[in-house]
Amino acid sequence: MSTSPSAAPAQGQAWDFSDVTRSNDSLRRFLHGLPGVDQVGADSRAASLGTRSIKTTAKAYALDLAIRMVDLTTLEGQDTHGKVRALAAKAMRPDPADPTCPAAAAVCVYPDMVGVAKEVLGDSGVHVAAVATAFPSGRAALDIKLADTRDAVEAGADEIDMVIDRGAFLSGHYLQVFEEIVAVKEACVRPDGHSAHLKVIFETGELQTYDNVRRVSWLAMMAGGHFIKTSTGKVQPAATLPVTMIMLEAVRDFREATGQMVGVKPAGGIRTAKDAIKYLVVVNEVAGPDWLDPDWFRFGASTLLNELLMQRTKMTTGRYSGPDYFTVD
Amino acid sequence: MSRIDVRKTYKLFIGGAFPRSESGYSYQVHDTKGAFVANAALASRKDARDAVVAARKAFGGWSGKTAYNRAQILYRIAELMEDRRPQLVQALRQSEGLTAARAERALDDAIDRLVWYAGWADKLTQVIGNANPVAGPYFNLSTPEPTGVVAVLAPQESSLLGLVSAIAPVIVTGNTVVVISSFERPLPAVTFAEILATSDVPGGVVNILTGSAATIAPWLASHMDVNAIDLVGIAGDTELATSLEVAAADNLKRVRRAPAAEPDWSADPGLDAMTAFVETKTVWHPMGV
Amino acid sequence: MTFDYAPALESRSIVDIKASYGLFVDGEFVDGSGTSFKTINPATEEVLAEVAEATEADVDAAVRAARRAHTRVWSRMPGKERAKYLYRIARIIQERSRELAVLETIDNGKPIKESRDVDIPVVAAHFFYYAGWADKLEYALPGNGHSGTRSLGVAAQVIPWNFPLLMLAWKIAPALACGNTVVLKPAETTPLTALLFAEICQQADLPPGVVNIVTGAGATGQALVGHPDVDKVAFTGSTEVGKAIARAVAGTDKRVTLELGGKAANIVFDDAPLDQAVEGIVDGIFFNQGHVCCAGSRLLVQESIADELLTKLKRRMSTLRVGDPLDKNTDVGAINSAEQLARIRELSDIGEAEGAGRWSPECELPTTGFWFPPTLFTGVTQAHRIARDEVFGPVLSVLTFRTPSEAIEKANNTPYGLSAGVWTDKGSRILHMAGALRAGVVWANTFNKFDPTSPFGGFKESGYGREGGRHGLEAYLKGGE
Repeated sequence: MSTSPSAAPAQGQAWDFSDVTRSNDSLRRFLHGLPGVDQVGADSRAASLGTRSIKTTAKAYALDLAIRMVDLTTLEGQDTHGKVRALAAKAMRPDPADPTCPAAAAVCVYPDMVGVAKEVLGDSGVHVAAVATAFPSGRAALDIKLADTRDAVEAGADEIDMVIDRGAFLSGHYLQVFEEIVAVKEACVRPDGHSAHLKVIFETGELQTYDNVRRVSWLAMMAGGHFIKTSTGKVQPAATLPVTMIMLEAVRDFREATGQMVGVKPAGGIRTAKDAIKYLVVVNEVAGPDWLDPDWFRFGASTLLNELLMQRTKMTTGRYSGPDYFTVD
Repeated sequence: MSRIDVRKTYKLFIGGAFPRSESGYSYQVHDTKGAFVANAALASRKDARDAVVAARKAFGGWSGKTAYNRAQILYRIAELMEDRRPQLVQALRQSEGLTAARAERALDDAIDRLVWYAGWADKLTQVIGNANPVAGPYFNLSTPEPTGVVAVLAPQESSLLGLVSAIAPVIVTGNTVVVISSFERPLPAVTFAEILATSDVPGGVVNILTGSAATIAPWLASHMDVNAIDLVGIAGDTELATSLEVAAADNLKRVRRAPAAEPDWSADPGLDAMTAFVETKTVWHPMGV
Repeated sequence: MTFDYAPALESRSIVDIKASYGLFVDGEFVDGSGTSFKTINPATEEVLAEVAEATEADVDAAVRAARRAHTRVWSRMPGKERAKYLYRIARIIQERSRELAVLETIDNGKPIKESRDVDIPVVAAHFFYYAGWADKLEYALPGNGHSGTRSLGVAAQVIPWNFPLLMLAWKIAPALACGNTVVLKPAETTPLTALLFAEICQQADLPPGVVNIVTGAGATGQALVGHPDVDKVAFTGSTEVGKAIARAVAGTDKRVTLELGGKAANIVFDDAPLDQAVEGIVDGIFFNQGHVCCAGSRLLVQESIADELLTKLKRRMSTLRVGDPLDKNTDVGAINSAEQLARIRELSDIGEAEGAGRWSPECELPTTGFWFPPTLFTGVTQAHRIARDEVFGPVLSVLTFRTPSEAIEKANNTPYGLSAGVWTDKGSRILHMAGALRAGVVWANTFNKFDPTSPFGGFKESGYGREGGRHGLEAYLKGGE
């Protein structure tokens, strides 16, 4: 069986994966037949892209784009309605002092906070994303995970960030992971037929190898995930530049094979504007400019937003700003 | 009537066979007192060409053998030389004019030299190879590899110890050789070839031409499929050595230069004769998960 | 709106280029006794400086200064003291690294990204590495013991224009560590960093005459290599000149090391880590505009993945940024000289005429200076001249193979033997290929990696001797043959 994307139908035609996902064995053969990833080579390519020097107009563009891509996140046991309301307000108006500052892409909360967030955001265009499926460990029975998902969708979540069963993946039960994603995707369908977008979280810090990252990316894309996402933010390391690069290679190759675009979301650990810009460079040069859009690339982050705002202010005022000039929500 | 003895025909040794010279020429070999001993084949440039083809053909197999295997094959040559002591002693007395005792000692040295070199087969890499601690996540290893086909001009005076000391260090690392023997003292080289033929040395690994270095060596020095040349055997002949070194530049052969006088072959040879004909290969590989 | 990287120019105010330069002899800058030549910025054709062209008499003066310094000072100095001078030089290079990088880029045309992140750091590392050998030479060469710690004398060193300061470091650092003194001739198109290095020697208070720099072209090099009082010749450059040097030193006692041309095969098997292989191919041939003797100029790809790999490679080549070498985002800079550009054009035209398929990504080239776009040729066979001749430019020939033995046969089917690359995820195949390839450096699942501890040098017509690592000392010590 050839597993190379070149064996796929021409671009634009749907790829029928039913042969691949017929059994755990066939799925395993496919995933293990993907080209390997040399860790050192991948790290060095990512590091080299990280040395791009983004200045002046390019930097202004990148900062605004990065702000528009932020999934402003709070996923704490101590979350309250007040905290979530504040966060939602911040997402709509990240810099109250500057009306030209764009809004963030979404707020990302636990399912029980979806209603609160939705109430504030309304039809502002800022989405509500909910982590579901027994986030962050994913260690619960399938029906509980599905109920968790339906709850969030019913409460108005536009996007569901699910976690995969890493234990199943690491023990080679690929088909189980695949079927779970398919089931969660079905649970994302609202009564009106519209569906919440599904982001599939891999927790790459637990999968460890880049080979695993490439394999799980293909698995999730074949299962119909709209986005593939690195991490929960609860495990170290969370998002890294090379892991994100490998996922961007996967979505690029998947589109080449199937014609379908899948989004990518690194989450956790991206704290500085400089880091965010490095990610955008990787998006630009690895997946291509089509992915330079909040519909296809997101940052899962909390403190990043203020860093972006401070840099943005520096660009417009010409002087360095300080944290007291930005809201702390 | 006393019995008429059967004399030996001295031939070349190419690709494991004993051809006469392609040219049909031979030359007279005398002992040190000037008495006729035999006719030796006078190798021509075409014999040299054939020898290079044989050596190249043998290179892949010989260099591909395990070092332990090459060590045993060289050791086996020493065993067979021990077996043929009377014949070799006789040849040495004839060609070098040695007393019986000195001939015995020269033979001892030659056999011991082979045994010494045989042991290097699986040790040189450990002594001159390196793991290199590069500043990055890479495994990096340097190891010596044989240069290829080496032309060896054997010493003119030391017809057996010198010959063995010139050939053994070149082949022990996996090279194959084309040797031009001493011109005036070629017969021990032919006897040595006969020992090689009955040993485990594959045909073509050692090719021995009897004849004149001045005539044949230029063809080897300029031959584009010869990788290196050892000029030590023409010690003192500066003019010939220089012209051969110039010719060798055509394909950048590794050249081991001729000293002013023939070395004392009984001295400890050191590593030079081996390291002159190896190439350091460095292999990099990333280290990741 | 697209993500267009705005120009990010490295400032050239950090370098102070004089209007004219003399020679560096016996610790002083002196006027040459002959004419001078101009060195230009190949990206703009702007004249940077007038540089003295050393005559035979100038070379003689430099060799005599080196001889004096060797006899009176350097060969007598304890190794641990020589070491400290080399450590000093390494530190000053680190301190002045940006200045050196900018100057290298201006004089050579290579991207600032490379001079800043590769050339200059490796130069400093080279001096630091060999500094540490200076007082440990008795441990360096097996079998030589203390007799193997003796220097040769005066080294004549001639280096090329592709890595001007790095090649200087490869030559000078081991020579000095071993107690030799040197007369070095930089390439005529790239003399400026060598002259700045001379100033660094002054800052380090290196004794006069230990390092001498004579600028000039072929005739200067010939005078240096042919000088009767040099003990050692070290050359990096073309195979043609290497052969001429080998002839010139025949019959002398001069020791020689030659690091010459190459036509490396970069072999990609169907089980290779493809995305990294693509990076390795790009690094292999477009790094430094392909002005690299060990460049992976022949891509040998297994037929079963040729189409897929070429698609990826072309897409990747389309992201290469060609242009102003001082722009920090430039990936491919200027061709070093009009002469080299003419050669690249000629060979590429021959490739086209011989029927190979020529492809370059769309890229806008500057109107002044010397430029050539990243180029690949498909449908190349071993019979094409672009598969045999060293182009020394950003031109990749793509060939295919079916089996490992065919790959080995094609890879070795060249008079050169400097380097080779292998890409496969199968460990035992890597080791088999590494053993079978007749090349001095084999990069497996990587390419164009250099390190001071790692010996570098060729088989066959790629030259002889090794530079770098413990092996690199052999060329500069007695008994180190």
